[in-house]
Amino acid sequence: MENLIGLLIAAPLLGAAVLLCGGRRLDRVGHWIGCVLAGASFVIGVVLFAHMLALGGEERTLREHLFSWVPVGGFQADVAFQLDQLSMTFVLLITGVGTLIHVYSTGYMEHDERRRRFFGYLNLFLAAMLLLVLADNYLLLYVGWEGVGLASYLLIGFWQHKPSAATAAKKAFIVNRVGDMGLSIAIMLMFTTFGTFAFGPVLASTDRASEGVLTAIGLTLLLGACGKSAQVPLQSWLGDAMEGPTPVSALIHAATMVTAGVYLITRSGAIFNASPDAQLVVVVVGAVTLLFGAIVGCAKDDIKKALAGSTMSQIGYMILAAGLGPIGYAFAIMHLVTHGFFKAGLFLGAGSVMHGMNDEVDMRKYGGLRTYMPITFVTFGLGYLAIIGFPGLSGFFSKDKIIEAAFAKGGTEGWILGGVALLGAAITAYYMTRVMIMTFFGEKRWQPDAEGNEPHPHESPKSMTIPMIVLAFGSVFAGGLFSLNEAFVKWLEPVTSFEHGHSPLSAGAVTGATVAVMVIGVALAWAQYGRRPVPVAAPRGSLLTRAARRDLLQDDFNHVVLVRGGEHLTRSLVYLDHTVVDGVVNGTAASVGGLSGRLRKVQNGYARSYAVSMFGGAAVLIAATLLMRAV
Amino acid sequence: MNPVNYLYLSALLFSIGAAGVLIRRNAIVVFMCVELMLNACNLAFVTFSRLHGNLDGQIIAFFTMVVAAAEVVVGLAIIVTIFRSRHSASVDDASLMKL
Repeated sequence: MENLIGLLIAAPLLGAAVLLCGGRRLDRVGHWIGCVLAGASFVIGVVLFAHMLALGGEERTLREHLFSWVPVGGFQADVAFQLDQLSMTFVLLITGVGTLIHVYSTGYMEHDERRRRFFGYLNLFLAAMLLLVLADNYLLLYVGWEGVGLASYLLIGFWQHKPSAATAAKKAFIVNRVGDMGLSIAIMLMFTTFGTFAFGPVLASTDRASEGVLTAIGLTLLLGACGKSAQVPLQSWLGDAMEGPTPVSALIHAATMVTAGVYLITRSGAIFNASPDAQLVVVVVGAVTLLFGAIVGCAKDDIKKALAGSTMSQIGYMILAAGLGPIGYAFAIMHLVTHGFFKAGLFLGAGSVMHGMNDEVDMRKYGGLRTYMPITFVTFGLGYLAIIGFPGLSGFFSKDKIIEAAFAKGGTEGWILGGVALLGAAITAYYMTRVMIMTFFGEKRWQPDAEGNEPHPHESPKSMTIPMIVLAFGSVFAGGLFSLNEAFVKWLEPVTSFEHGHSPLSAGAVTGATVAVMVIGVALAWAQYGRRPVPVAAPRGSLLTRAARRDLLQDDFNHVVLVRGGEHLTRSLVYLDHTVVDGVVNGTAASVGGLSGRLRKVQNGYARSYAVSMFGGAAVLIAATLLMRAV
Repeated sequence: MNPVNYLYLSALLFSIGAAGVLIRRNAIVVFMCVELMLNACNLAFVTFSRLHGNLDGQIIAFFTMVVAAAEVVVGLAIIVTIFRSRHSASVDDASLMKL
């Protein structure tokens, strides 16, 4: 059974190799190769899952040692996989949702002439993400981590003929590099502290290291997580990443990429548990991001960017939960999985809408689409109900647990975090209702474009609607199934450990509050967008709205502080180099040159001047001799 | 007569020769001044030989004469060669270390 673990990664990797090296002769079948290999990986995942269920709770960790990668003295890096409950959850999410997105892409990318290449990149993305979650040491995880970064770069910039897409891809890559640096420093710190970077030994021996070192490792790990998961302060790439084709957005936001940060923090739980300071920073980052993303999501008129803000906010919830320690890890992962279902569904729905609307993304030019696209409307609507936490749907169970865990943090912190999480839930309900109303309700607002082509909204082909329907089922039922008898928590408990939090509020009160704020959010959005017609041109809006439209000035902040600051720093360093360093070198050269110029004049070639120096020298010698004698 | 006076004469001749070497430009005159300096030295050697009552100084004087004769041969040959190529015997013209 263990031998199958390698195959999980090998299948999509083979797909990527075949599709990217196969050339044009594969153009007609390439997308099916991609789907089949992604599906094969999912099937292997299910087989392993079934095998794992048959084992006892503590024996469910499967290992496969492939080969020794870098055996140098005390430095042992192995290519070895570890499949435990946490990895298994990710494997099923990645391959399951990933396969659905592959199928969807066969319809969505039908008219793109570079479709084969697109599927090659998608397969590469899956392979890298699987490597990331299956690695049994941090160095191999880092390989997958970088692979994910590469694949996201290739996919975000897939339409690289558009300058905006090329720029967005570069931005995502560069911002991710900052986070990657954090992760690589964390790995180096681990190696110097523990002498190894395999999960088992590192996480089992956290008591050997001082708390300061553990805090440093935790914070650098968090920096890495912030980059991949688009958390403040490294969040700026996520909105621009919408330049990629919509299935890519779904893949990045639901199954791969942004979930990597949550995985990293949950996997390294032992390090964070031992360092309360690092944990505090994690929850603060999560809480700030959850509000940040939600506020940005409220102001965007671009349907994909509104959803991107929402992802940022939901990942904020997960990071917040992961920062709470053993009371939160399981819920972070549970929310991650339910979010994987409904966010993939929402993005695929958005793609379906765009597909029918000539790639228009401005929600102000949608309206009343529910009659034109009934299947998209229903599946998107179910995803919508799930994300706002409508009682009984997936998002309700997972988000409610996170809010409860936040209150259970205890003390003032608990109240603040719980309040922030509740506020986030209200804003989530508001912006998602806004998206829903602007897209599917009200009057139709679309007009002919510049060339006079009026969009003819129509339902998407089956290849696109079927994945959406499957995901809608997940959005509805996953949360309930996971919460049944606390099945999900018990499943993860051997890996992440679990403690029941002691919330100052009763579970019923938290649930009531969650539902109440959701209703308030929905009502506010309905009052603003449902009761009166939505203007086609965006109103000027308040100061906050305008700031939120510009992603709360994150790019401006980065530009002023980092770009300008960097430029000034570079310029002053260049100035320093020119004046001081070059000055010393050039000054030495010039003074030696000048001195030699002077000395050269002595060598004038006249015999008598040489004679003078000879006589002078002799006179000095004689005088010196006489003087010495006299003394 | 006090032999020390010969030493004074020797110093005088040496100074005249040295001054000539430094001041004059004609290579022949410079050459003759060099000879004058050599001979001033010879005079000093012989005088010291007389003062000390042994023959060492006189022997060295002979050596000096031999060296001077050899030097005259080489020196005059150089001067004649320079004169042929430059039509001048001025030492200042020969300041470039080449013909």
